[in-house]
Amino acid sequence: MSAVTQAPSRRRPSRAARAGFHVLGIVGELLITLGLLIAGFLVWQLWWTDVVADKAQAQIVEELPWAVAAPIVPPKDLPADEIAVAQPRHDEPPAEPVPAHAQSVATLTVPRWDATAARPISEGTDRATVLDVLGIGHYEGTALPGGIGNFAVAGHRTTYGKPFNRIEELQVGDPLVVRTALAWYVYRVTSWRIVPPHEVDVIAPVPGDPGATPTRRMITLTTCHPMFSARERYIVHGELDYWAPADGAFPAELLPAA
Amino acid sequence: MYGWLWRHLPGPVPVRAILALVLAAAVLAACFLWLYPAVAPYMPFNETTVER
Repeated sequence: MSAVTQAPSRRRPSRAARAGFHVLGIVGELLITLGLLIAGFLVWQLWWTDVVADKAQAQIVEELPWAVAAPIVPPKDLPADEIAVAQPRHDEPPAEPVPAHAQSVATLTVPRWDATAARPISEGTDRATVLDVLGIGHYEGTALPGGIGNFAVAGHRTTYGKPFNRIEELQVGDPLVVRTALAWYVYRVTSWRIVPPHEVDVIAPVPGDPGATPTRRMITLTTCHPMFSARERYIVHGELDYWAPADGAFPAELLPAA
Repeated sequence: MYGWLWRHLPGPVPVRAILALVLAAAVLAACFLWLYPAVAPYMPFNETTVER
């Protein structure tokens, strides 16, 4: 009896039904292709951009002409007690020249992350010419390293070498070591906060008080928050502790604890 | 689509398999070089700056 009732469904599908299945098959393959393309995008964004940017940023640091005479990271083959320690100075630091757009003129080393690695800081904060390709970017028009006001920089927290990936680990008092052709500038973290994306007051000469006349030498780091989101910004403020001439000596903050 | 491609690749099965792999690699390379970098700026993450 069951054989009789099932007989109609075992007939060959009609011409229209076959055309329908054919179209459905193509749609299915297109969807699979789309899924593969999106998976490929994730691999590219989360892995490949780091590979490319890490290599590019390391090369920028290597090619800084002034880093040859006075290295940015302590030589690994020298015992710690043979490395000269820079004498902290609190007087007026040298006047830094204003860089051209996309010019790499400084480096940042954060001992909390890695005392032996320097990232380049380049002029400008647009993604196409600075942040995606050169790494950390300096907000144009904000103070220069060591200057009175706010030396404000932005960097990726995920992807493109993610220079600020571990920003959440920074604690009050942590050194942020900036180096230029002329000098070392050792800042110390004073505070951190999370703000909406349009809160430009954080990079004002006096952070949070855009009209005020600056008297202190601040640094500000901005990056995205939460990770993989553009909803908010993670902000770290710091203030200059001391500066030292770039004469071959290293700030004590970069040397392994004796 | 993929069935059509498979039927139109020349040669015996091993040759077809290699050709298919080469094609897939070429598509992936084109994506990495041109498609993904072009699309990335429109993705809703990775904004690190404060601006008005």
